[in-house]
Amino acid sequence: MSRTLLEFKNISKTYSGNQVLKDVSFDIREGEIHALLGENGAGKSTIMNILFGMPVIHSTGGFEGELHIDEKKVDVNSPFDAMALGIGMVHQEFMLIPGFTIAENVKLNREIEKNNIINTITSSLFGKRMKTLDRKAMNRDARKALDKLDMSIEEFTLVQGLPIGYMQFVEIAREIDKKGLKVLVLDEPTAVLTESEAEHLLSAMRNIAALGIAIVFISHRLNEITAVSDRVTILRDGEHVITKDTKDTNVLEIAEYMVGRKVSIDRTSGEGRQFDDNSDIALSVKDLYVAMPNEQVKGISFDVRKGEIFGIGGLAGQGKLGIANGLMGIYEAKGDILINGQKVALGKTRQMLGMGAAFVSEDRKGVGLLIEESIEDNIVFTAMNIHSEFLNALGLANKHTIREHARKMIKELDIRCTSEKQHTGRLSGGNQQKVCLARALTQKPSILFVSEPTRGIDIGAKKLILDLLLKLSREQGMTIIMTSSELAELCSISDRVAIVCEGEMVGILPPDASLSKFGLMMSGIKEAEGEVAS
Amino acid sequence: MSEKVTENVSFLSLIRKIPFSTRAVGLFYIAVVITGVVVGWPFGMLISSSLHLFGVWAILTLANVPSIQSGTGPNFALPIGIVSGLLAMVLILAMNVMGWMFMLLSTILAIILGSIAGFFYGRLMNAVKGSEMAIAPYTGFAITAIFGLVWLTLPIDHPNMLFFLGDGLRHQIPLDYFNANFILANLLQFEIAGVTVRTGELIVVFVACALMWLFFRTKTGIAISAVGRSPMFAKAAGINVNRSRIIANMISTAVAAVGIVVYAQGFGFVQLYDFPMFFAFPAIAGILVGGASGQRARVMNVIVGAFLFQGLLALALPVFTRVLADTDVGGVVNQIRMIVQNGIILYALALMARGAKQ
Amino acid sequence: MIEKTSLAGKARSFLFNNMVMLVFLGFVIFGFAVAETFTASSFTNDIMTRFFRNGLLVLALIIPVMAGLGLNFGIVVGALAGMLALIFIRYHYAVLHGFPALMLAFLVATPIAILFGFLTGKLYNKTKGQEMIASLIVSFFAEGVYGLFVLFGIGGLIPVRPGHRMMNPGTDIGVRGAFELGLPAEELTQAVRGAAADEYPGMARTLNLLWRIEFVYALAVIAVAMFLFLIIRRLIMRRNSALALTVNEPLWAFIVKSVLCGAVVAFAFYSSGVIYYWYNVLHNTPDIDRLDLLPGISTFAVEISRINQVPVVTSLVIGAIALFIVYFSKTKLGQDCRSVGQSQPIANVSGINVDRTRIIATIFSTVLAAWGMIIYLHDIGHVATYTIHRNIGFFSVAAILVGGATAARASVKNAIVGLFLFHAMFIVSPHVGLFLFDDGNAGEYMRTFLVYGVIGLSLGLYVWKNLKVARDKESLATMMNKIGKNKQVATNDNANRGGP
Repeated sequence: MSRTLLEFKNISKTYSGNQVLKDVSFDIREGEIHALLGENGAGKSTIMNILFGMPVIHSTGGFEGELHIDEKKVDVNSPFDAMALGIGMVHQEFMLIPGFTIAENVKLNREIEKNNIINTITSSLFGKRMKTLDRKAMNRDARKALDKLDMSIEEFTLVQGLPIGYMQFVEIAREIDKKGLKVLVLDEPTAVLTESEAEHLLSAMRNIAALGIAIVFISHRLNEITAVSDRVTILRDGEHVITKDTKDTNVLEIAEYMVGRKVSIDRTSGEGRQFDDNSDIALSVKDLYVAMPNEQVKGISFDVRKGEIFGIGGLAGQGKLGIANGLMGIYEAKGDILINGQKVALGKTRQMLGMGAAFVSEDRKGVGLLIEESIEDNIVFTAMNIHSEFLNALGLANKHTIREHARKMIKELDIRCTSEKQHTGRLSGGNQQKVCLARALTQKPSILFVSEPTRGIDIGAKKLILDLLLKLSREQGMTIIMTSSELAELCSISDRVAIVCEGEMVGILPPDASLSKFGLMMSGIKEAEGEVAS
Repeated sequence: MSEKVTENVSFLSLIRKIPFSTRAVGLFYIAVVITGVVVGWPFGMLISSSLHLFGVWAILTLANVPSIQSGTGPNFALPIGIVSGLLAMVLILAMNVMGWMFMLLSTILAIILGSIAGFFYGRLMNAVKGSEMAIAPYTGFAITAIFGLVWLTLPIDHPNMLFFLGDGLRHQIPLDYFNANFILANLLQFEIAGVTVRTGELIVVFVACALMWLFFRTKTGIAISAVGRSPMFAKAAGINVNRSRIIANMISTAVAAVGIVVYAQGFGFVQLYDFPMFFAFPAIAGILVGGASGQRARVMNVIVGAFLFQGLLALALPVFTRVLADTDVGGVVNQIRMIVQNGIILYALALMARGAKQ
Repeated sequence: MIEKTSLAGKARSFLFNNMVMLVFLGFVIFGFAVAETFTASSFTNDIMTRFFRNGLLVLALIIPVMAGLGLNFGIVVGALAGMLALIFIRYHYAVLHGFPALMLAFLVATPIAILFGFLTGKLYNKTKGQEMIASLIVSFFAEGVYGLFVLFGIGGLIPVRPGHRMMNPGTDIGVRGAFELGLPAEELTQAVRGAAADEYPGMARTLNLLWRIEFVYALAVIAVAMFLFLIIRRLIMRRNSALALTVNEPLWAFIVKSVLCGAVVAFAFYSSGVIYYWYNVLHNTPDIDRLDLLPGISTFAVEISRINQVPVVTSLVIGAIALFIVYFSKTKLGQDCRSVGQSQPIANVSGINVDRTRIIATIFSTVLAAWGMIIYLHDIGHVATYTIHRNIGFFSVAAILVGGATAARASVKNAIVGLFLFHAMFIVSPHVGLFLFDDGNAGEYMRTFLVYGVIGLSLGLYVWKNLKVARDKESLATMMNKIGKNKQVATNDNANRGGP
């Protein structure tokens, strides 16, 4: 057994009162491929940010616990400290300069300078940055790194125009070119790759590990994890669930660990309802494609019955958020859509709103609210624009009716504010969300899209919002399509829950289905495959 | 004792609430007025000349409100609107229309031509979203230059409009030939406590301001404001972002066109050729002085800003002439104008950059 | 990986990418065609004068573009530093003349420009993302500060010697509206013979007069140098495949360029031969018949001989600065500038001090602009104190854009091509104006329109292209395309696996 390289010891972290990591301890060994798994919000990225000394950690009061490298306590206060300690990371957004060659990118700010007489003179006169670069040596180093990855591409090719899969390799080449690299973190490296590229990457990972470098492999693809990793660590809700040798476990077990049993909001009113096949279809979606960056939808079809609460779940970045955004025309989309049996053209937000659809966006501050305007203006905005309500005879905004309506909404939804004139930017997350909902309800919709309605809000507001959605569905027969990363929440009020992975819908489950089923689906494994794998 | 302290604090915090640009120029303005009175200029005369420049510049300053509100930023291409207004006046004058009829017809034609020009300008601004301010000034400059050729070659043969020698329109067409000089300024003009009030001009300014204020309370106006605040929000609410921006720029350009008509009567000349080239900058500085930012402007900002900024320039010349003997005072005032005007714009740009960072 | 496009597509994209340059070329050619009072020699002389006069000012724009600051209209700030230096020298050291005076001007201008550049750079960092408009406004702002200082500060606040000829006569407050840099000593004796007694030599045209050679010889030297450069590059390219990829010069292009160089050399020798023959053989022979036999040669010789001599030292200065810029781009600092220029966040994450690098780039630009302004003014010989700097920014930026630069990419080549094309436009535009509108002023407006139009158009196209690329990247079509490709790869993989 190889020796321990990196240890996380009793790591805890709180972001403004919200504990995101609770006493997490595990270790990484030399030359192993260590898979790190967890749902969104499980704490994966926080623990990696701690490892890298990212400013976001230190500007929010640091963390508790210790990091040990080679059995010595280390302080990582900045990414540069991390770099010096031999920790490398390949980001999901590529940190490559497109107009530079591969070699220039590999040697970015670690360029090799020539040591000749002219350089000695100019650098002593004008400072050390006036030395010319030794491109030959830079290219040679880049070549060496690329060879380790079995990449045959010329090192002097421009990154611009490289297939996206290659960019990942260039980033890895940059990391392994750094002297003294000990730990390499790969964050969802296969997400952007084609199948053959992904296989190539996995074999390259084995090569790197064979050099004695430890790899932390963050992925949601359970099959890849079982294929390539030596050990897996699973985090859930900021807690360390287990670290296990991969050969002692299986896909089904990992999925179950990952999703876990969360003590959360109880189902408010019993079971998910069964809608019979003959009941009216409120929304029919066929072959939906949506070009939402980081949330692409690649061919999804489903029907939602009138009055149903349809939940859409899945991991972040897999495309679940793209569905509502595409249907509402926020991002380019194509597909066949019927609302109450009527065909609707995509990309026409006005028409969708006019047909009685309303949308509460996941991006509260960007899309959901005008944060520098008052609560009342926010609440009536869409209704005024689409249905020309709240205007007086001259076509001017009618202050009186606006205020009256806003006050009513504030009372009904229990929006905590100083007055209806308060800017929404000053409200807490939960109250902002209530304003968003109030705006949607002011449109008197028949179909309501709500995305991440409870993200970043306190428990009380969470319960209120979920109860409200349930009430709207049960009492007014509103059709609700709710998208959320919180599986427990989805299960608590939905009649059916669809799981999206890599832009496709893996399956639809009743809310009381077993957790391992949900877990497998979130990793993109359909039920039948899961049984085989176990 | 303690009451007094709190009073002081609240007064200070009130001052602090006034935007920096307004405070700085406001103090400068007050200082110049006091100096003026000290060196012996009558107070009424000083206020009169402030009011005069306010009257001719207010509508040109107002043109920035819709473009800022729509997120296009201050209208650095103001010369496009001005050229439209000049063309309107030239065409009406060529038909030898005089007096009030000239004012009426050229205002209407200015609105029409300004809207048309604004439509194309708005489309251009949509094509360069995010860098509007970098492109707009050159658009304005280029249009001004190309209209130099237009003024030279327009087939107009009204003797009072042409060069004395050779072809082409004059650099300055005097409006007194057409009974239209100071036509608004002289309407109901009265004097009170030594202050000359050019009532007609002020009425037009306040009507324009009121119309703008009302417009931003209509559905379309509210939509335009939302587009400027958050294009994604507007889009999600079913608003056509590009269309709203075009409407805003049409209004902005049309208002600038009307503004130059008022300006021309206020000075008694229709000034052509290079004249509009650098008109955007004082107008923008004006609205910024009034407390507007690159992303937010209200009609109130126009009134305060045009009065303070243009007033300052109006006062500086007579006051400095007494203070700085033996100096090229015109030159000094012009350099001060350059410093204040562009300093204010730079300050606003820095605030915008800071806002973008957050 | 390299996408093949049709010939028509290539032609279209060539036209689109070089639109500005082609429009200017067309305009100049049109100007040549319609100009009536216009000779090849006067055109060449004009171009040459303007090239050497403006060269450095245009080169000053390159480094900020590299560092992602866009087109630095703020070179006006540098120009003002140069003017302050000239005022200082003409006030304190008016007796100093010729080369020492000029050197002193460079020396005095440098620290002022460094300070100005530092402050300007700071300001650009505070207005990140809006540098392009900020640099325009900062040039206006600086103009105001400079104007107030020179008009009121000198004499009004800083005491001056009464009656100094740099000051406004009578008042002694403020520098006068225009001042002379003083004729060079060798011209003074001839030109101002018997003029006022206090007329003493100055620094005008010093650099240009130091060493001049015949135009045709200069042509030959440049062509030979160019040829040597091509050959050496070719030889290196055979061993260095990276260079070969960046240069991407097919054999035929190399041959064509070499032949062109040869042709220029041949032309130079031919013309010098003709001049010699015409002057020394034909001209001294009072044989009218033989002259008539060769009328073409006669006019040709006259034209060639009318072209001014080439100022070698000025050329060398401009050449040296151009070389320096190329050298700079190959240093670590140059690489850092490029990194910052391409992506500030990535440069920052990689540990490059983004703000500092941008300030250094601005300082370089400002200092070069100060020197450029001194060369510019020393060539003109007199300084309009309050106005001469006004168009420096616009004209220089327009010139480099005409040469094919964009807000994100500018090279020495762009500067040189732009200088020629832009000033050719300047020279022909009055003729075009006269032809089209029958009016001398029309050319002026046309010229102004082209200056601002080219800036607006180039910047607009640049922004528009970037937006389009960003939009396309996130478009549905791109996504569908990629899905299609991945599926294809997947099926291919399966097919391969299925094989024996």
